[in-house]
Amino acid sequence: MKKNNRYNDVNMTSSSIQDKRKPRAAVAPFCRHEPGTQPDYFHPAYRATRLRAPSQPLIFLPHTLSEVTGPVFGHSDIHPNDRDLTVQHAGEPLGERIIMRGRVVDGDGHPVANSLIEIWQANAAGRYADAKDDHPAPLDPNFTGTGRTLTDENGFYSFVTIKPGAYPWRNHDNAWRPAHIHVSLFGPAFVTRLITQMYFPGDPLFAYDPILQSIPDEKARQRLVSKFDLETTKPEWALGYRFDIVLRGRESTPFER
Amino acid sequence: MDWTPTPSQTVGPYLHLGLTNTHSLSRVAGDGAKGERVWLTFRVLDGEGVPVPDAMIELWQADSEGNYERPGGSEDGAAFGGFGRLATGEDGSCTFETIKPGCVPGSGETVQAPHINVSILGRGILKRLSTRLYFAGEPANAADSVLALVPEGRRPTLFAHPDPTRADHWIFEVRLRGEAETVFFDV
Repeated sequence: MKKNNRYNDVNMTSSSIQDKRKPRAAVAPFCRHEPGTQPDYFHPAYRATRLRAPSQPLIFLPHTLSEVTGPVFGHSDIHPNDRDLTVQHAGEPLGERIIMRGRVVDGDGHPVANSLIEIWQANAAGRYADAKDDHPAPLDPNFTGTGRTLTDENGFYSFVTIKPGAYPWRNHDNAWRPAHIHVSLFGPAFVTRLITQMYFPGDPLFAYDPILQSIPDEKARQRLVSKFDLETTKPEWALGYRFDIVLRGRESTPFER
Repeated sequence: MDWTPTPSQTVGPYLHLGLTNTHSLSRVAGDGAKGERVWLTFRVLDGEGVPVPDAMIELWQADSEGNYERPGGSEDGAAFGGFGRLATGEDGSCTFETIKPGCVPGSGETVQAPHINVSILGRGILKRLSTRLYFAGEPANAADSVLALVPEGRRPTLFAHPDPTRADHWIFEVRLRGEAETVFFDV
């Protein structure tokens, strides 16, 4: 058991409550992805997929109560410093201070409110505060690179952090990951769970990165590139990057059409 | 406006930093939860049968009465949460403590056999893999509509089996690729 188990006092409930005394409500299924808009599992240019991607086709599962419900997290899961990665230690981390801000909506454009977002990233030098990272770049004693927050009632979230550096990996000769921040979201259901990466505009490494290029559709890849945002930028303090996220929505009912 | 869902990307090799170093959850059900207490050991193997030491498993399950809700609301944090999250260790395994879920309503008037919804994430996994854990020997399995979608020959990959060496412990192998590959669902 981990010592620091914050979930022990979690305010967690199911997002879909069923009253057994009433007739069962039909389950409203979530939309399926359009072809090309998500990565394939098997993408040989990303070497690790060769032994970890399934070889059999997935089996289509019509949604049941199991798929349309999911865990819900609350304010007791969040500590005040969790959304500012620059104040988690005695001093300030080195690097370019940034504000990462955006809105989480569903497939109909409706806000996903009060939903947990978790992020993690390398420091400004491109080094993760993880014992397994042996990239010979300096660690920053003032930067762990971990954050979490809840979206507000309109689906907005923001983090203060530093811009992560690019770093080498051993996937192929002279392989470098473009600078990125890992982003994890739950949304309202088991099927809305999403873990992705946010990139920075204009990075010359995009074309060489098999992880980003694993998404077949160019327009879909662009959805992972944040936009510089003057409105989010704070004078004399930090550049702002906007990263909006779309989670799967429900299939529309005949009434809505 | 274009509301196409955002693409998935791998959690990469340092998922522990963001997700499991301080936010693991091995106890899906606390002491106050009603039901049959079980320990579930997951073991993740790659296409060569080698243990995967850097994967993450998440669970989502109903309580012992088959409800996806948390009885007692937010006040009794020690009871039933329904959600679990652990990283695999060097041997590719991790163990959750929970209670066996009840039967969950299926489509129409059908009932689903006790099952646990499982997500597998890791380096080399570009989008979450979803599967279900069912309990071997459970009579309700025979009528489960999701198991019925799976070709009979592959159905055994979805069953956890009792650990012969430890009472109330079950073992579930996740084979990502190749021989006896686990059935993954398009959810």
